[in-house]
Amino acid sequence: MLLIHCPYCQEDRPELEFRHAGEAHIARPENMAEMSDEDFERFFFIRSNPKGIVYERWRHIHGCARFFNAARDTVSDKFLMTYKAGEPKPDLDGEGK
Amino acid sequence: MTQPFRIATAGRLGKADPVRFTFDGKSFEGLTGDTLASALLANGVHLVGRSFKYHRPRGMVSAGAEEPNALVGIHRDAARRAPNVRATVQEIYEGLNAVSQNRWPSLSFDIGALNDLASPFFSAGFYYKTFMWPKAAWERVYEPFIRRAAGLGEAPDRPDPDCYANRFAHCDVLVIGGGAAGLSAALAAADTGARVILADEQAETGGALRYETGAMIDGKPGWDWAQAVAADLVSRENVRLLTRTTGFGYYAQNMVGLVERLTDHLASPAQDQPRERLWQVRARRVVLATGAIERHMVFPDNDRPGIMLASAARTYLNHYGVAVGRNVAVYTAEDSAWYAAIDLKRAGVAIAAIVDCRPDPQGPHVEEAQRLGIECLTGHAVNGTGGRLRVSSIKVGPISGGAERSISCDALLTSSGWTPAVHLFSQSRGKLAFDAETQRFLPGQTVQELVSIGACAGSVDLEETVADALKAGHEAAGASGNPPKLSSNSTERWSGGMLGAGEGAGAESTAKAFVDFQNDVTAKDIRQAVREGMRSIEHVKRFTTTGMATDQGKTSNMHGLAIAAEMLDRPIPDVGLTTFRAPYTPVTFGALVGHGKGRLFEPVRRTPMHDWAAAHGAVFEDVGQWKRAWYFPKPGEDMHAAVARECRTVRQSAGIFDATTLGKIEVVGPDAARFMELMYTNPWQKLGVGRCRYGVMLREDGFIYDDGVVGRLAEDRFHVTTTTGGAPRVLNHMEDYLQTEFPDLKVYLTSTSEQWAVIAVQGPKSRDIIAPLVEGIDLSDEAMPHMSVREGMICGVPTRLFRMSFTGERGFEINVPADYGCAVWEAVWAEGEKHGACAYGTETMHVLRAEKGFIIVGQETDGTVTPHDAGLSWAIGKKKTDFVGMRGLMRPDLVAPGRKQLVGLRTRDPKTVLEEGAQIVADPQAPVPVPMLGHVTSSYWSENCGHSIALALVAGGHERMGETLYVPMPDGVIEVEVTSTVFFDEKGERTNG
Ligand SMILES: [Zn+2]
Repeated sequence: MLLIHCPYCQEDRPELEFRHAGEAHIARPENMAEMSDEDFERFFFIRSNPKGIVYERWRHIHGCARFFNAARDTVSDKFLMTYKAGEPKPDLDGEGK
Repeated sequence: MTQPFRIATAGRLGKADPVRFTFDGKSFEGLTGDTLASALLANGVHLVGRSFKYHRPRGMVSAGAEEPNALVGIHRDAARRAPNVRATVQEIYEGLNAVSQNRWPSLSFDIGALNDLASPFFSAGFYYKTFMWPKAAWERVYEPFIRRAAGLGEAPDRPDPDCYANRFAHCDVLVIGGGAAGLSAALAAADTGARVILADEQAETGGALRYETGAMIDGKPGWDWAQAVAADLVSRENVRLLTRTTGFGYYAQNMVGLVERLTDHLASPAQDQPRERLWQVRARRVVLATGAIERHMVFPDNDRPGIMLASAARTYLNHYGVAVGRNVAVYTAEDSAWYAAIDLKRAGVAIAAIVDCRPDPQGPHVEEAQRLGIECLTGHAVNGTGGRLRVSSIKVGPISGGAERSISCDALLTSSGWTPAVHLFSQSRGKLAFDAETQRFLPGQTVQELVSIGACAGSVDLEETVADALKAGHEAAGASGNPPKLSSNSTERWSGGMLGAGEGAGAESTAKAFVDFQNDVTAKDIRQAVREGMRSIEHVKRFTTTGMATDQGKTSNMHGLAIAAEMLDRPIPDVGLTTFRAPYTPVTFGALVGHGKGRLFEPVRRTPMHDWAAAHGAVFEDVGQWKRAWYFPKPGEDMHAAVARECRTVRQSAGIFDATTLGKIEVVGPDAARFMELMYTNPWQKLGVGRCRYGVMLREDGFIYDDGVVGRLAEDRFHVTTTTGGAPRVLNHMEDYLQTEFPDLKVYLTSTSEQWAVIAVQGPKSRDIIAPLVEGIDLSDEAMPHMSVREGMICGVPTRLFRMSFTGERGFEINVPADYGCAVWEAVWAEGEKHGACAYGTETMHVLRAEKGFIIVGQETDGTVTPHDAGLSWAIGKKKTDFVGMRGLMRPDLVAPGRKQLVGLRTRDPKTVLEEGAQIVADPQAPVPVPMLGHVTSSYWSENCGHSIALALVAGGHERMGETLYVPMPDGVIEVEVTSTVFFDEKGERTNG
C-alpha cells in the first residue's frame, strides 16, 4: 500500500484514502464542438502509459476530497511529487529510474 | 519404550512435560516444545507422506519453514481441518491429531505408488501433452483426473469457525528474522530509543543458533545469548517482539505484511481468541535478517524417508534432543554438514561415513571427524540408495572411477550448500546480483529503505554478521556515532557447496534424482524441458512445475536453475531467476480476510422505513448495499399475485413507495445553473424556480451515465436526484469537473442522500391522501402542476414536496428529514388506507415504469447507449454550445445508422413473458451463426395492460415499428412485434388524472 502526500492536507496518508483518477494534464478543450475526430480521439482515448515517470490525477476521496496531480515512477512505484490541480506540470525528465 | 530416539543428555527440552498426540490414528508421546516433526522422529517415525505425482514414500527433509515433504493435515475438529501443514513448523499440543495425505488406502501401502512404476508416462510436460486431445475428453476424463491428482491434502468442507485479527503498525525499524543478525540489529536499534518491531517465524528467537553449537556471543553460548537478548527486548517499551510471526510480503514504501500465529500451537484456545493476526507494518527502515536455506544433494533416489538436510539433523539433535537415526551417513559438498556428523558422533550416534564429493576438504572439522574415528570418503559420491519405506543403504564410489561399495545406514544427511533467503529483498524490488565465486544470488541494488544482514546477505562468519548487524540496526534507527559492539566468535566457518546434479544423476542418467521433492521434479525432467526447447527458467519452471508447489522451491530453485544453465551451456544469471512473489510461506485466507466476512463483509444500508416494511410483510431485495422492499405479499399471495395487485391498486387508487435510496446531491451557488448546463444534456438556465426537469447525464464519450429528476429550489439551488447505485460516482464525476475543468464556477456540491427520506405517493388518489397532512403548499394543479417542487410542512416537519411521477400517474415524492421518515410514512399510510391505497415495492415500481417506457440506467443502458438510442433526444438542449458528452455524441459511430435503439416488444401470445437478456433475431432459420439484432432489457407481465410487455435494444429499432422479430429460446422460438416503448396511457393524461 502506497503512502501518498496530499498537497492540500499537507500530510502523508495511506493509499486507502485515495482514488486514482487517470492521466493528468489532459485539459478538456474549450471548443469541444469544433474538434476534429482525430483531436477527440487524442483527447479522450489516447493515454501515454510510459515506463518511467507518469503524471496522474488522484483524489483524496476519503479525506479532503480534493483532486490533485502526482508524478510517479511506474518502475519503482515511487511518488516523485504531488501538487495541486492547476499547477504546471513539473519538469522531472531524467529523475525517474 | 516411548521416544526411543530421544537422547536425554542432548537438546534443550530437558525435563519438559510429555504431550500425547496422534498421527494417522496411532498415539505417540512427545515433549512440550516439540514440533510434530521432532516428536515423530523421537519415536523413530520418518515416513510421513506420499509424494504428489509418483506417490513415493517421503519423510522430513528439513526442520523449518522450507519443508517440501512433510505436509500433513491437522484435524482439530470437524470444521478445523488444516491441510498441508508443515510438520516441521507445527508445534505439538496435548491431543493434537495429525493425518498423512495423498495416500490410499494407507501411508505404508499406497495404490497411487503405481504411478512410480508408470513414471515414463508422467515425465515433464505430461499434462500439456497427454491432455490435449480429444477435446471432448477434457470435461469427463481429464479434468476430473487432474483435479483428483492435483494438490495435496483436503480442504475443509465447513465454514471456518475461527476469527482473525488485523493490526496496522508503524515503527522506525522493522527487523525480519530473529537469529544472531536480527537480534543484534534490533538491540542496536532499540538502544537508540527508536521504535522497533522484531518478527521471527519460530516459537523462540535464535535462528541458526538453535543448532550451531560452536557460537559464542557476548561471552555466552549463542542460544543462551539469544534468549537473554529476547527477554531484554521484550522488557523495553520501544520494542515489540513478535514470535511465531512470518514476514510474508514486502510491498511498496516499506509496507511489510506479517502473519502472527496465535493459537495453532495451543491445546484448547479460548473461544474468542483470534487464530492469527495480520500485521500491516509501515517501517521507516527495514532490516532483513532472513538467514539462508540449506540445499539437498541431487543424486539418484535421494528422496527416501531418512534422507534429510544436515542442518535439520543438527537441529533435531541440538535443540530437540532427537537422533534422526542410529547409524547415520553424510553426503555433502560443503563444510557445515561435517558438524552434523561430529555433533551426532559426540552424542553417541554411529556415523556410517562422511562422503564429500570435494577431493580435498580442509579444516578443523575434517581433523575433528578423523579424530572421532569417522570414515571420511572425500572425492566420493553417493550414486544411489536402498530401502523401501526408509533408507537402509547407500551406494558409494570414487568420483574418479573405481569400485562402488554399499554402506548400511538408517539416515542420510545431505548438504550442497546454502541459498541466501533473498525472497523479501527481491519482493521489495531490489536487484539480485550473482556472485560467481560462491555461486549465490545476493542482494544487490536496493530500491526501498532497507538493509540485508547476516546469512541472507551472504555472510558466513558470525563475527562479521554480528558486527554488521549492530551497525545496520544503529544506522537504521537514524543514529549517528559509533554502533555498539559485542564480542562474538564461532568455532565453525562454512564454505564450499555445489549447485545442480551430482554424480550418478548426470546428463545420461535415467535415475530419479529429485530437484523438487514436493512437485516430484527430477534433474532428468529439467534436462528434458531444455531439450524440448525451453530456454528461459520461467518456461522451464512452468513446463516441469519445478518450484511451483506450496514450498515455492525454497530448497530446489537453485538446483533447477543450475541444471538448466548447464544444459544450455550458459552462465546461471543469463538463464534468469524466477520472480519471488508473496507470500514467503502460505498464508491462510482467514488472516488476509480478517474481520471482513459475514456481517462485516459489507455494510448493509436500510431506510428509515425499513422496520415498517418488514412488519408489513415486505420481501426485500438487495440493491447495491441497500435492502429495498421488493413486494408486500398478503397472506396466500405469491410474488406474481402480490405484484399484480400492487400494480392494479396504484393505477386504480394509489400506492405508497419508499424511494429513500435515490441518490441526492445539492448543487448550490451563483453558477449552479451554468454548472448544471455543463453536467447534463438538458437546458437549465430557463427552468423556473419551483419547477423540475428529468435530467440526463453523459460521459464525455456521449454514452448515458446517469439520470434523475432535478428540482430548482431557488435561482442558485438545485435538488438533484440520481439513480440508487449512482450517487457516489455521480458526485465524484461532478466534483471532478468542478475542481479540475471548471474551477472558476462558484458552486458547492453536497451529498444529501442520507439526509432525506423519500415517500412516493402515486396514483389518482395521491393528492387526496397527502392533502390533509400538508401545510403551506397549494396542491391544486394550477398552483402546483406536474413536474414542480415546493417547500413547506408535512405532519409538522419541513418537506421538499415534488410533484412528479415514475409511474405515469398523478404523483408526489415527499422528502422529509430522514429521522422523521418513518413517522411521516405512517401518517401517509393511515391516510392511504382510507382510500384503499397499498404499499408497493421495487418490482411494482419496475413494472409500472416499464408500462410507461421509462428507462432504468443500468438496465436499459449498459454504457454504450446514447440518449438518441434510448429515445431521449428530446432531453438534449438543442441550443447549448457545450455539455459533457456533446462532442462524444457526434462521433461517427454514434451517428451511424443501424445502432441498437430502445423499442417495445409485444409477444404474439400475450401470456408469454420474455426472458430479460434474451437475444433477438430477424430469421430464426438463418444459418449459424445467426445475426443477433439485440436483446431484451426489461420484461414483465403487465396486469394493467392484460398482456406481457418488454423493452429491448434492437439494431435500427426505431425504423422497425410493427416488424415481426424472433426470440429463440431453448424450448422454442417466440414471435414478437416491435412497438412503441409506451404501453399504457400513450397520451400521458394520467399525470393529471
Ligand atoms: Zn487531502
